[in-house]
Amino acid sequence: MAVATAAVESVKARAFRPKILVFSTNNISDPGIDLAGSSHMHYPPEAMTIALPCTSGIDPEWIVHAFERGIDGVFIASDGEECAYLTDCAERSARIFDTAQAALRERGIAPERLKMAAICSVCAESFVKYMREFDEELAPLGPVGQE
Amino acid sequence: MSERKIGVYVCQCGGNISDYVDVERVREAVSGDPDVTVTRTAMFTCSDATQQEIIDDIKAQDLDGLVVASCSPKLHTFTFRGVAKRAGLNPYRYTQVNIREQDSWAHTDDHEAATEKAIRLVKAGIARTRLLEPLDPTVVETVPKALVIGAGVAGLRAAIGLADIGLGVVVIEKEAEVGGWVKEFGPMFPHERDGRDLIEQLLGEARRRENIVIFTSAELVRKAGSFGNYEVDIRTRGASNMTRRLEVGSIIVATGVDSYQPAEGEYGYGIEGVVTLPEFKRMVDSATGPLTHLGRPVRDVAYIYCVGSRQGESGPNQYCSRFCCTSAVHTSLELQGKDPTAHQYHLYRDMRTYGRYELLYDESREKGAVYLKFPADRPPEVTRAPGGKLEVAVQDQLTSQEELRLPVDLVVLVTGMVPRQNSELVARLKLPIGRDGFFNEIHPKLRPVETVVDGVAICGACQFPKTASESVTSGLAAVAWSAAMLKQGRAELDPQVATVDPELCTWCGACADTCPYAAIGQLDLGGGRLVATIDPSTCKGCGGCVPICPQHAISVLGYTGREVEAMIDSLAAEVA
Repeated sequence: MAVATAAVESVKARAFRPKILVFSTNNISDPGIDLAGSSHMHYPPEAMTIALPCTSGIDPEWIVHAFERGIDGVFIASDGEECAYLTDCAERSARIFDTAQAALRERGIAPERLKMAAICSVCAESFVKYMREFDEELAPLGPVGQE
Repeated sequence: MSERKIGVYVCQCGGNISDYVDVERVREAVSGDPDVTVTRTAMFTCSDATQQEIIDDIKAQDLDGLVVASCSPKLHTFTFRGVAKRAGLNPYRYTQVNIREQDSWAHTDDHEAATEKAIRLVKAGIARTRLLEPLDPTVVETVPKALVIGAGVAGLRAAIGLADIGLGVVVIEKEAEVGGWVKEFGPMFPHERDGRDLIEQLLGEARRRENIVIFTSAELVRKAGSFGNYEVDIRTRGASNMTRRLEVGSIIVATGVDSYQPAEGEYGYGIEGVVTLPEFKRMVDSATGPLTHLGRPVRDVAYIYCVGSRQGESGPNQYCSRFCCTSAVHTSLELQGKDPTAHQYHLYRDMRTYGRYELLYDESREKGAVYLKFPADRPPEVTRAPGGKLEVAVQDQLTSQEELRLPVDLVVLVTGMVPRQNSELVARLKLPIGRDGFFNEIHPKLRPVETVVDGVAICGACQFPKTASESVTSGLAAVAWSAAMLKQGRAELDPQVATVDPELCTWCGACADTCPYAAIGQLDLGGGRLVATIDPSTCKGCGGCVPICPQHAISVLGYTGREVEAMIDSLAAEVA
């Protein structure tokens, strides 16, 4: 816990705090993200979530749009194998991820600004870990559009 | 020039939000938006008084959109949709913004950043609401029949309740016999009714009702269809293996629990004379006088509480199993009745004979049982002693921390309940599992038996450790939930499904190919112009077809590209 607090303190002290957009899913990953808060686990407050029915429904253009508007990192909190809608949700989400990354490359946006991981409905700890790591990875890249 | 009249309500949640987020600043930050007509903060937005205030505002100001920034949408989306509906506002022109679980509680260490995040989130909620169109639920007819999975005390009682309310009932039980744990028990608390008799009575009642069908040695092997109209395949084993296809409107899961099985050597488990609570209960139930074990008289009994519960670092079970204190005390009184001279020692961490069961604890102490509190970090040790006895070493925390050595004939490990492994059923129904491995309801107080899976409820001890009477109570709650859903003969489906813009669609068929629910078909607009069309009662609203469409002609209502991008714009914008 001491290490985690130190990490949060170092983020607070840093001048650039990357804005992270998280796409979650109403039934699987969003409850996992809720659980992180219910358990009072801390993650960078610049991470903000939009919940959708399923990550397979993300239009890659929304991701491009986010970066054009100044979001520094996009994290897809996908359903993985647990999706209640689509048995091939993981493959579909991976295709969306690949399409979006290709679009980012075309526009000269660092593809590592887009990240995806499966977050289950009780995966609070791993979500928090991903957010802290992503925040640390985005910091050296600086604000989007200025790389 | 304002186009919309949106009301925005920012909840303090009695300090859960306002201790970390400056809700007044959030309110002020959005009050200047030309589309926002009313902004208020409230101590508890979900309270009756505030709900009424919102209704009054909607009517008086003729609001056409509603944003409530409070807790997770999993808790109160339906509450505030109801508020909108009662005020005459279309319920789908409402957005719930999560500033508790995903803001105040997650950023208790940074009030300034939590407040800024709340402002962004609320602005995004307003941006979405600005674009929301009124939607009407899709109405479908429902099948007036429920499937109950598990014929223990909760499932059987639920089946009778469902039948009496006029619904058809199919009960399936995995075992060859109905009755679950309770059929194994003799006298049970609080009324000393025999568990075997209770099950006999329930089964008799169930058999007298023509609208109940019970299949034993039966399992659910497939579930298809949609809310209110499920098609389930039930496979029965035995003399005739067969699979039946049935239509049901709702599914009630009452699959019960397992008992904690101690590891070899855990509190001496494995040594002769060290038994679990269910093993002990069976011994006492079947005894007609003083207890014997392997031919030897049992004169002295030690109970060790919290075995397999509240494990801390030593095991996976962090929860209190709730029923075991009362059950152990009750069973020890049962033994006391059969052998008043037996010596009984209860070694506990904390006694939790809650509610009226406290009377059993009083009675036990009055009748001479000895209660010793041991420290959690120094649990009792059980060893074999010379002469066939067992010795229990325990530190007595309430007197002089003295180490006592109790010579006993029997050690009862007061074992708790553990979640039953039902991976196939979980996979088939997509049941949500909580941190402790039990099935999760949507909300413990507000929607205590519903799950996030439409039309599927949970009851009994598959939800968390429960006494038999608590299991039955939740079973009856699931009956009321089924009745509310199925007795009207029709159900309203979420209208937030995918829709095609015929102006943009050029019919390539990619969406129809990608939809596993076969919800997408072809429509001839005339003159050979073909477009895709989506059946709102078959579509699940997942949006899987949205990124597939090369023309961007498909949107999920409530999650359209315009709405999502408007939210992104608000989240990305600097907070002034």
